[in-house]
Amino acid sequence: MSEATETKDIYKPTSPNSKLDFASVWEYASAPQDASFAEVKDRYELFINGEFIEPSKGRYFKSLNPATEEEIADIAEATQEDVDNAVKAARKAFEGEWSSISGKERAKYLYRIARMIQERSRELAVLETMDGGKPIRESRDVDIPLVAAHFFYYAGWADKLEYAFPGRTPEPIGVCGQIIPWNFPLLMLAWKIAPALACGNTVVLKPAETTSLTAMKFAEIVRDAGLPAGVINIVTGAGQTGAEIVNHKDIDKIAFTGSTNVGKIIRKAVAGTDKRYTLELGGKGALVIFDDAPIDQAVEGIINAIYFNQGHVCCAGSRLMVQEGVADKVIRKLKDRLETLIVGDPLDKNTDVGAINSQQQYETVNKYLEVGVEEGADIYQSKCSIPEQGFFIRPTLFTNVAQSNRIVQEEIFGPVLTVQTFRTADEAIQKANNTPYGLASGVWTDKGSKIFKMGSSMRSGVVWANTYNKFDPTSPFGGYKESGVGREGGMHGLAAYTKI
Amino acid sequence: MSERIDVLKTYKTYVGGKFPRSESGRTYKVYDADKNLLANACQCSRKDFRAAVRVARSAVKGWSSRSAYNRGQILYRIAEMMEDRREQFVRELSRAGSTTQQAEAEVNAAIDRLIYYTGWTDKYQQVFGSVNPVASSHFNFSLLEPTGVVSIFAPEESPLLGLVSVISPVIAGGNTCVVLASGNQPLPAITFAEVLNSSDVPGGVVNILTGYREELAEHFSSHMDVNALFYTDTLTKETEKLIDEHAARNIKRVIKRPIDDWYSEEAQHPYLLTDFQETKTTWHPVGY
Repeated sequence: MSEATETKDIYKPTSPNSKLDFASVWEYASAPQDASFAEVKDRYELFINGEFIEPSKGRYFKSLNPATEEEIADIAEATQEDVDNAVKAARKAFEGEWSSISGKERAKYLYRIARMIQERSRELAVLETMDGGKPIRESRDVDIPLVAAHFFYYAGWADKLEYAFPGRTPEPIGVCGQIIPWNFPLLMLAWKIAPALACGNTVVLKPAETTSLTAMKFAEIVRDAGLPAGVINIVTGAGQTGAEIVNHKDIDKIAFTGSTNVGKIIRKAVAGTDKRYTLELGGKGALVIFDDAPIDQAVEGIINAIYFNQGHVCCAGSRLMVQEGVADKVIRKLKDRLETLIVGDPLDKNTDVGAINSQQQYETVNKYLEVGVEEGADIYQSKCSIPEQGFFIRPTLFTNVAQSNRIVQEEIFGPVLTVQTFRTADEAIQKANNTPYGLASGVWTDKGSKIFKMGSSMRSGVVWANTYNKFDPTSPFGGYKESGVGREGGMHGLAAYTKI
Repeated sequence: MSERIDVLKTYKTYVGGKFPRSESGRTYKVYDADKNLLANACQCSRKDFRAAVRVARSAVKGWSSRSAYNRGQILYRIAEMMEDRREQFVRELSRAGSTTQQAEAEVNAAIDRLIYYTGWTDKYQQVFGSVNPVASSHFNFSLLEPTGVVSIFAPEESPLLGLVSVISPVIAGGNTCVVLASGNQPLPAITFAEVLNSSDVPGGVVNILTGYREELAEHFSSHMDVNALFYTDTLTKETEKLIDEHAARNIKRVIKRPIDDWYSEEAQHPYLLTDFQETKTTWHPVGY
């Protein structure tokens, strides 16, 4: 179809070829989520040995709402002594009460937690959004339901582990030190704690310093569920607290989710020790769109791949490869769709793209926008208005990029997409695999056999076909190459927490 | 009439289906149990290792896309060729110090080990893959895929059985490898290479170097195009730390499986195969 005929239809919302234009036909009224019922304390302590205790050095740091830059609460900073106490509590529980509880009973604790999360899900969703900046629609419909589902799934494994490891009798590892990121705070906690406990371990977990709130709410749930003291310990703090965990002599296993750079530091820190480790690191996901793909579905898929959670997704599809024949059409539709994204108050139920998680990340993403322009790429940003207060970045895409550009090779972790084209499937595969990462990739085509062929050629731990950023507790997740070691989720996720 | 003079074999390395010498021109002496010179083995260098990684990488695509049945047949073929040359291996091991009985036991076990992993080639996917019941309308499944290029320190002891035991699970799963043979007893490894070379194993799938572990540890662990490192001997604390630190550069998988007794159950199991596999999960759409 020529450009001319398409232009004619542009403002007819009912026409299949029209430009997407919601705003001039009707306006969205604001639809704020009531946040008043979510109780937020002024100050949060550490959760060690089943109790909330003050940090030994008495230091606290502030947690900000990135959408308003207002302080939400003071969070305790765990130092060496606190981490040590947490590890001791976890060790005592591992060797004591927890090991005497059968798998059948462990399962029931985890089921209890799953149910309590469901009961308090809206409260948790509100807090997740206030503390981290993600749209309430996502924390309400994606994050928190998946948290409950994850505990529910792994609960059932606790008394069935021998079926997951044919020919072996799986044993727990011991005390697990777990360090999680700020992009899916409670969900990453669930990914870490649920399988660890199902397999009979005890944990010391550190949430990211910008998103501690829901972890502390979770601690209340743990207490309410009546878990034995010391099985779950939560210590808040920044990188130094994390280092205390990684280097602690009495921790048997480190599980880390975060950047590849920090992952490498952790890998070095455990070098020459008997500590086990699993690493869930960065990515630079490729989205391959063939000319036979359902284009509108593909465009929705791309939007979900890169602008979901402001692009703060390790498996985000940040590199679009579109087959030449449909490139112009896809790019035009993509730009149109970009304009319809609602960027703003994360607590508004209409919001599609919320706040960047922190000032630091805001600066990082903006730096990459400059880098992209300097590298000679063409930048396109949504013309939407963004709030004056808070850390917001307009959804962005770069065209005219080269494979060697930094914005193509490096993880930006923000709402920034690069667009490349290809002619043959082989070329798409080559470009898709040409980064040090290998976490996830996507393919859009109408042909099932092409999905399988492309899927087996792309070196990544997850392949989404005609969809993207789907998660499920039964579905293993994790990276090839520099995107990490080990899997989380599904039966394969148990291997990270057992000795076989 | 004068006595016939034996023709001695020159032991070289095995890279890309060929038998080159070390580019460095260096050799080291290999002795039998009575300190008689057996051969001058190649003392391989960093450059030899890099060249071997290059051919191992280029062999990944072809080898990993062979059908499971075909890989099984090729492993079986290796066993057949070994069986045919068992006297040669017994002689080789005896010269290095084994009694005839020990040597025969080692050759038998090595052949049987190949048969064991032959059987796994078309079964591990069924046992360790999964179909995952996700809540959305997708057919979601997890398959194992080979990690890629694996560098291996073969054990010092059991120079044939140990070698076969570390190579078999790696290649059964579709990986290619660069192996450093036992330092003191490298000769059976090179004779094994002759078996590989006549067993339909594509060139580059198994590459065997000889030399010093201490010299090559840094390169085996730091090379950016190697996906995993495998060893079964207990190394010095310093070497193990160095290996881990270098491996961090590209998040290389370091598989350390201490095995002393190559006749024990710990020396052959499918988890040695899955150590060198990556789980890939695919979400395939379901609908009209």
